[in-house]
Formats: sequence, C-alpha cells, structure tokens
Amino acid sequence: MSDQTTSSKTVSDQTNGASKPTSPNSDLKLDFSSFWNYSSAPESSENIDIKKKYGHFINGKFVEPAKGRTIKSINPATEEVLTEFAEGTVEDVDAAVSAARKVYETVWSKLDPRERGKYIYRIARMIQERSRELAIVESMDGGKPIRESRDVDVPIAAAHFFYYAGWADKLDYAFPGRKAEPVGVCGQIIPWNFPLLMLAWKIAPALATGNTVVLKPAETTPLTALIFAEICQDAGLPDGVVNIVTGAGQTGSAIVNHKDVDKIAFTGSTKVGKIIQKSLAGTDKKFTLELGGKGANIIFEDASIDQAVEGVVNAIFFNQGHVCCAGSRLLVQEGISEAFIQKLKGRMETLIVGDPLDKNTDIGAINSKTQYERINEYLEIGANEGATMYQSSCDLPENGYYCKPTIFTDISQSNRIVQEEIFGPVLTIQTFRTPDEAIDKANNTPYGLSSGIWTDKGSKIFKVGQNMRSGVVWSNTFNKFDPTSPFGGYKESGVGREGGLHGLYPYTKLVKN
Amino acid sequence: MYPDFINTTPIDLVGVEERVSRLNKRSIKKDSKLQGLKLALSMIDHTTLEGKDSEGKVRQLCQKAKMPYAPLPDLPTVAAVCVYPNMVATAKQALQGSSIHVASVATAFPSGMAQLQIKLDDTKFAIDQGADEVDMVISRGEFLKGNYSFIFDEIAAIKEVCGDIHLKVILETGELETLTNVRKASEIAMHAGADFIKTSTGKVSPAATQPVTLVMLEAIRDYYRETGRMVGMKPAGGIRKAKEALQYLVLVKETLGAPWLSKDWFRFGASSLTNDLLMQIVKQETGVYQSNIYFSND
Amino acid sequence: MSKRLDVLKTYKTYVGGKFPRSESDHTYPVYNTKEEKIANACRCTRKDVRDAVVVARSAFNGWSSRSAYNRGQILYRIAEMLEGRKDQFVQELELAGLKSKDALAEVELSIDRLIYYAGWTDKLSQVFGTVNPVASQHFNFSMPDPTGIVGITAPEESPLLGLVSVMAPVIAGGNVCVILSSTTKPLSAVSFGEVLHASDVPAGVVNILTGHQHEMIDHLSSHMDVNGILNTNNSSEIRKQIDENSALNVKRSTHIISDDWSNDEHENPYYILNFQETKTTWHPVGV
Repeated sequence: MSDQTTSSKTVSDQTNGASKPTSPNSDLKLDFSSFWNYSSAPESSENIDIKKKYGHFINGKFVEPAKGRTIKSINPATEEVLTEFAEGTVEDVDAAVSAARKVYETVWSKLDPRERGKYIYRIARMIQERSRELAIVESMDGGKPIRESRDVDVPIAAAHFFYYAGWADKLDYAFPGRKAEPVGVCGQIIPWNFPLLMLAWKIAPALATGNTVVLKPAETTPLTALIFAEICQDAGLPDGVVNIVTGAGQTGSAIVNHKDVDKIAFTGSTKVGKIIQKSLAGTDKKFTLELGGKGANIIFEDASIDQAVEGVVNAIFFNQGHVCCAGSRLLVQEGISEAFIQKLKGRMETLIVGDPLDKNTDIGAINSKTQYERINEYLEIGANEGATMYQSSCDLPENGYYCKPTIFTDISQSNRIVQEEIFGPVLTIQTFRTPDEAIDKANNTPYGLSSGIWTDKGSKIFKVGQNMRSGVVWSNTFNKFDPTSPFGGYKESGVGREGGLHGLYPYTKLVKN
Repeated sequence: MYPDFINTTPIDLVGVEERVSRLNKRSIKKDSKLQGLKLALSMIDHTTLEGKDSEGKVRQLCQKAKMPYAPLPDLPTVAAVCVYPNMVATAKQALQGSSIHVASVATAFPSGMAQLQIKLDDTKFAIDQGADEVDMVISRGEFLKGNYSFIFDEIAAIKEVCGDIHLKVILETGELETLTNVRKASEIAMHAGADFIKTSTGKVSPAATQPVTLVMLEAIRDYYRETGRMVGMKPAGGIRKAKEALQYLVLVKETLGAPWLSKDWFRFGASSLTNDLLMQIVKQETGVYQSNIYFSND
Repeated sequence: MSKRLDVLKTYKTYVGGKFPRSESDHTYPVYNTKEEKIANACRCTRKDVRDAVVVARSAFNGWSSRSAYNRGQILYRIAEMLEGRKDQFVQELELAGLKSKDALAEVELSIDRLIYYAGWTDKLSQVFGTVNPVASQHFNFSMPDPTGIVGITAPEESPLLGLVSVMAPVIAGGNVCVILSSTTKPLSAVSFGEVLHASDVPAGVVNILTGHQHEMIDHLSSHMDVNGILNTNNSSEIRKQIDENSALNVKRSTHIISDDWSNDEHENPYYILNFQETKTTWHPVGV
C-alpha cells in the first residue's frame, strides 16, 4: 500500500488548520493531499480459491496438457506467482477442435435455438452470481482496479451474455432477406486487458448463432476464463461447446492454422492481427480482427470543459491505458489549451495509483513486466524526442509494476509517441485552430478505432463525427461500452464488429431465403 | 472587468452525474471515516426555518448546537445555527460564550419576491440583531428572464450592507433547473461579492443535490484560479444521512482540495443530519449500531 | 464510289475522369472468340495502378459525402446513358463474340442492375443502420460508412454485366474504385468509361484500367492506400496473393466467384455491405 492510508493530521484533529491561506499559491495550484486522506479499503480476497495449477478445459473437463508444459501467472501488483497453467500445444488444440466439431455436428447446431438461448441466459446469470469472485480474480490476475472489474468488466460481460442469449431464436429478424446459418467451429484469441469481458464479446455471439468455440485467453490473464469454464460446467452446457485452451502465441498460432477451424476471432495488436490475416490467406476461414488504436480526443473551445477533462481522464487512464480504443491523443483548441491542461493536471493529482484490490484505486498495476518495460521505453522515447513530460505527484507502491499518469506536451504529429500505440497511461497533447485541422490530425494515422468530440454545438458534432474515420465516435463522452453497441475499427484497427446486431454477422453464413 | 455572464461555460448533465457517481464510489473506512464524520459535524449550519418557529424552539436548537451529544463532550460543535432574522437575537443570546455563529436568512427569504429596499432593510435588521452570517436569496424570476445584471447588482448591494459579515448567496438551484444555469448563477454571485454560494432555501424540491454541488464547487475552483479569492460552499436541504455527508466531503476534497475541508469554507445546511452523524460517530467509537432514541431530536 | 473506310476506335483507359493511354504506352491485341484481332487495348502497368489510386483517393471525400439521394441519381443517370448507347454496347459485345440475343440481354440486365443499386443508396442506412438501446443515458446509433478505395478485378466473362455487377454496389455505398477490366474482353469496359464520363460521375470515383490483370493485381492489392479488394478471379494463387497482400494494411478482401453474372444473387445489398464500415456514435442525453 502507498501511504494514502496515513493522514498528515491525526484523527483527533476535527478541524483543518490549513483552512485560511491568506494568499493563494503563486500558480494557484490546488492542494489535494494535506488533509483527510482515505484509509485503505481493500476488497478481501480471503474467500477466493485459486488452485495451484490449471489444465485446459476440453470437452467439458479440465484436462492435463498433452506435453505437460506450464506457464506461471504473476500478480502484477505484487510480482508474486498466483498459479500455474497449461501451455497448449498443437495436440491440445487438436483435441479441443475435435471436441468442438463433434458437439457442433451432433448436438449444438441441431438444438432448438430457444434452448440454445436458455443455456446462454443461464451462463449470464451465473456470471452475475459469481460476480464478486470474478472481479477479485480479474484484479489479482491482471492488475486492474477492483472498482473497474467490479463495475465495468464483470457486469458488462454478464450483460453481453444476456443480450446475445435473446438473439438465439430471433436470428430470422436480423438479416433482411437472408437466413443465418452458423459458421461451425470458431477459434477465438483474446487479450489481457479485459480478459473476461473479451471472452464474453467472443463467446456470447458465437454460441447464440449456433457455433462452438475454442478460446485461448492471454498468457498473463487466464484465470477468469478458467472460472468461466466452471460456469459452463455448472450451466450444464453440452461438453465441447466451449473449450478453453491456455497458452501463449504458439498456442494461438495452432488455433489459427488448424484446418478444422471455420472462423477466427482475434483481439490484440495490429502486428499480430496482420500475421493472422496473412496466415489465413487462401483459406475460406472467416475472420474478425479487433486491433490497435491511437484514438484522438478533440476538445473544442465551446465544450463543457470540466466534463471534457473528466472525459480525457476516462479516455486515457481507464484500465491503466490498456485499452485499444483509448483516447491517447488529445487535440485541444489553441485558445483553451493552457487552461485545459492546467485543469487536467489538477485532476491527475486526485488519481490514486496503487493496490488494484483497494476500492479507492483509480489506476492499478501495469499488466505485466513486459508491458511495464514497453511503456517506460516510450516515456524515454518521448523525452528523447524533446517532448515535455508531466506526471502526477502520486506515490507508487514499492513492489509491482506501476506507472504514474503521464502527459506529454510540446509534441507534433511526427513524434513516435504520437504515432505509435503505447497501451499505457500516457497521453500526448497537441493543439489545433480549426475544425478541419482537428479532423486532419485525428485521421492522420493508420488506426481507426475510436475518436472523441467535445463541443456544446450539435451541428459541429455531426459534421466532425461524419469525418472521423473510426468505428466508434464518442461525442461528449468516452470509453463507454454496451452489449447493444457495435464496436470495431476502420483501417488497421481491424475488420468486423463486435456487439449489437452487427456483432452477429461474423458468426453467421447468410443464405438466401 | 467582469466576465461575460451570458456565455458562461456549458455544463453537461450526464457527464456531471457520471463524475458524481464515480466519486460516490470512494470507500471511506476506518480512520478516514471517523475523521470525516467529525469534520462534517463541525460544518453543520443547524437550521430551523419555519413559520411556526418560536424563541423556545430556537433556544433548544442552540443547546443542541453547543452540546450535540453529552456522552462525548469532546465532539466538535456545529458551525452555526441558522434562523429567521427575528430569531437572531434569541439565538445570539443562547449561544453566548460559544464560538458558534448565528446565521440569518434575509432578503425576503425564501422567495425573494420583494423590492430591493425591503431586502436591504431585512439584511440590516439581521445584522443589527447580531447575525454573524447572512444567507440571502437571489431573484430567480429575474435570472430566468436573463436579467443577469439585476442579479449581480442586487447581490452587490446586499454585500455592501453586510460589509465584513459573511454573505452566503442562495441560488435556489431547484428553480434554476439546468446545471448551465447553476454555473452561471454561481459565477454572478461570486463576482458580485458572495463569500459563500449556497444551493437552496430548503423550501423547493429538489434542494441540494450532489451534481449541483459539484458544478458549484467547480465554479468556485475556477473563480479561485482566476482571482485568487476563496469562496465557500453550502449545500442545504435534503441532506439527512452521514453517508451522504461523507460523499459531499469527497466532492469537496477532490474538486477544491484540503483547504476547503473546513467549516470556514464548507457548510451543510441541515437539521436531521446532525443526529445521523452523531449515531455514526458513536457506532465508530463503540462498534455498536445505534438507535435514535438515544439522541436528542432538537 | 469506293466503299467508305470505317473509323476505328482507339481504346484508352478511364482514370480521373480522363481517357489517358497507359503510362507505359504499351498496348496488347484483343481478339474475338474466333481468334480474330478486333482492337488494341492499353496494357496498363503498376504505374497506372499507382496513378489511379492517387486520383481515387482525391475523389473519395467528395463522393462519400454526397447525399445518398445524389449518389442514387447519378447511378440512375449511368443507367440512362447506357440505355441511350445500348446499340453501341450490343455491337461491341457481338464484336467480342457474343450472340446478338445474349449481347442484348447482357446490356439490358446491366442497365437494370444499375437501377437496382441506384435504389439502394438511400435505403442502406435505413435497413442496415441501427439505433442501439444502451443502458446508460446515451443516444447511440450505428451507420454504414464507406470503406474507402476498393480495388476490383472485374470478371473475365460477361465483360459489361460482370463489371457493372461489381462496380455498382461499391460506388453505391460511397466508395471509389480502381477496376482492372477483363483481360481478354476489355473493350466494353473502356466504352463504359465513356458512359460514366457522360453521367455526372465525379472524376476519379471509378477508374478503369485495361491490361493483363495478373500483372497489376499484386500492385493493386499490396497498395497501402487501397482499403479493400473485390476479386472475381478464381485462381487459387491469385486469391492467396490478394489475401496475403491485404494483410499488409488490413484490407477488407472479398472474393465473389461466379460463372453466371445474370443470376439474381448478384443483386444483393450485402455486396454493398462488404465495403461498409459500421460507425457507432454515442451522445449523452440530458439538459
């Protein structure tokens, strides 16, 4: 724990001695820390049962990996080993795909769609029932603040299953003039930033449309997927409909290249996405890719400034900035930039960085050592490129991988930190003068996942929004997610949509009525 | 030079509500909870503003203010008692010897529907009776007509009468309806000389809300950055529970910072809040959940 | 009196609203089904691909921001212009070896197909857009939005109908395109460029290159400013090459393989969706 627990005054001080500054600080900096700091409020992990070792979940059972190789899962907040899990080989993937194929042919694709939907509803309910456990494990395994895993990841994951469960018997209404047929066996590879939520985004629509799946969670965050496997067992889901094979890149590659997989869904980096797309060349496998981003958040001078500051904080500091759709490039209209940055810096001072399990933590641990080093490398690059770096003055815990919220000013479009996805709590700030300049800068990137527009003027929102080459346009808000809302990228940010009615397309073959 | 009050910064309701809801998730436990509860107690303007108020009622109120809970004599007292002008003398006398202030509503409270001269006289009367603080109401009708200079001039005139006496300006946000109006009224009040801005009379629903309070706190912060002058904040009406009080304190802490966490810069206009805070304080100190039968209801 | 000497047509390309020759100045002979040489066509190369992509890019913003109504009118105008030159196209197809009856059917179906897609422009977002009932206090809607520049390999057979069938859904949706015409039957593609030119289609929206498709596919499908490929070539090597090249910049590549372009499955709004992105917009609801 950081020393947020200790107040600089004793409890018996009922009044605040610092109450009457006769003259304000020269820069009118606000003081957020000299009085009444929050005591630690850790979520208890006492009732959480993490096994010493996990196997794959294949054909309804937890099984030992074919070659016995394992990987350790580290708690990034403490650098301690949480558990060991199997590293999937070609044999493991093959077993999972065969199980998925068999149950697809014999059971799942023949099941009355309404019954299929009822299984998915059951899963949704069971996620809700075990929500606190899932949230705690998610935070331990991945380092995200419990406030986010509890209030965002897990409830939206459950909502995703609820949403798609209802589609199972209504697919005839989804595609005008066409009948939707399942694709078959879907190979799904998900990232470490929203482990359970990404699992939900993948599995819920796949099952609703009658497919079976082989899913590989990320190698730093396998645990909630394995708890999800238990939920599948408890829900009585037919064996083999959902298979979880854990492992790293090679395991993913085995899934992508497996001959009997009909569709690949991948969320992760653009680099790996391109490798997957290339591997699939010449096959008839369908694929969807949710890749990287470098979202622009455009603040016009007529915006609701305080809400915009909050939006910027949500855009880049949510989930330690490990968000593909993060608003990592701030574009502020010149006339307000100074005041805006001052407000942003003030707001950053109130962000609490620390123990992911503390309910007051705003920014948890960086997911892994690798990512931690990568972010630090970018901080160095930024400084070497001549940008001005500002970090909040918060304390960081001694152990674990933590990064202070960081902003860079005095930069231009050509800086690497402006062009490349950092995937951490690092924001670059540029200014613009006219809407056209803002649009140009926003679109001047190979990515196209998200953008933000802040202005009180409706017609400007529509005009600028129309010109954004990005799959999501958050106007006067940012980083909002909902199962009914399609999500996905333009350009190198990916292909296909997840969520909403549009999220059904990737999992269906459309045939003429 | 005063800013353009017609084009004040717009406020987005949903964004404000999201911010409040995020701040409400702060978990205030252990030491920080007890500290917060006592702090909140020290910030109360213990209030009675009813047509049926009498000297006897006001004296009871003052006794409670001085000694909120006899078994814990070291507890802080409330900051002030808040009464109508004709009760100020009674309150002043009852509070003699304590550091508790007497605050008086004035300016044809709660509607403010009177001529300026009457409002000035009302204010002067309250001060002459011994009020340490004056809580005035703005003319919401004029505000909603867009007559912002009227509002400004009226506040400035009352402040002139007040002199060094602390002037709290009640915006009656429940009648202003939009948060953009709340922001605008806050700016006008501060520029016209308000020492405190206050949400409500308590006679209109909704009275104080956290979104409204957040917007006012942000206006205070921006005004401070612009002018270097600190202005206080008083949410009033409808705050009954200790938990809510702590939530308000979190808003203050994370918007304005530590210097405002003091009765000199933040007040709760409330009556039943006092007892809930006391019950929670006793619970924290004893570990036992409390019943209101052990707490005097003045 | 001696018999009048016919004036032969020089077949050029259609790029950026103009009719340039190939940058390389090379041509290749075009034969009819009886192996008789009927014309020379431009043998375009990678440089022509490069130039066409540049003009297509400059046309994209204008075309994609036209109103759907206007795009529909322009597609309808193409149909009108084609109707007016029906005889020319029938003759050209006959020259290429089609039977008169088949040639006429191909031209008439091409006209009707243009009208079919003309009608979709202002219905697409109504049928395939959604208003999404999110749980928070936000208004949320999703709309189709064109992908950008689409590279198209036109079908080798059905030189007019095939070309229309792949072009129309792409431009109806607000995209611009660079089309590699049928290698062996390029003439009606070039003449179709003249129809486009006379139909208020803004310069650069449709660009048609003739030549050997296999010489250009690599350059077109690897081009980093091309956003999608619509391929009709069934060669497995070419399909693989296109897919692999597409991975360079995450192009959307689609293969539509058909030996009967008159089949009504080719009148299909889902063809438009192949080159549409879904853009989802959020906005708070509150006063």
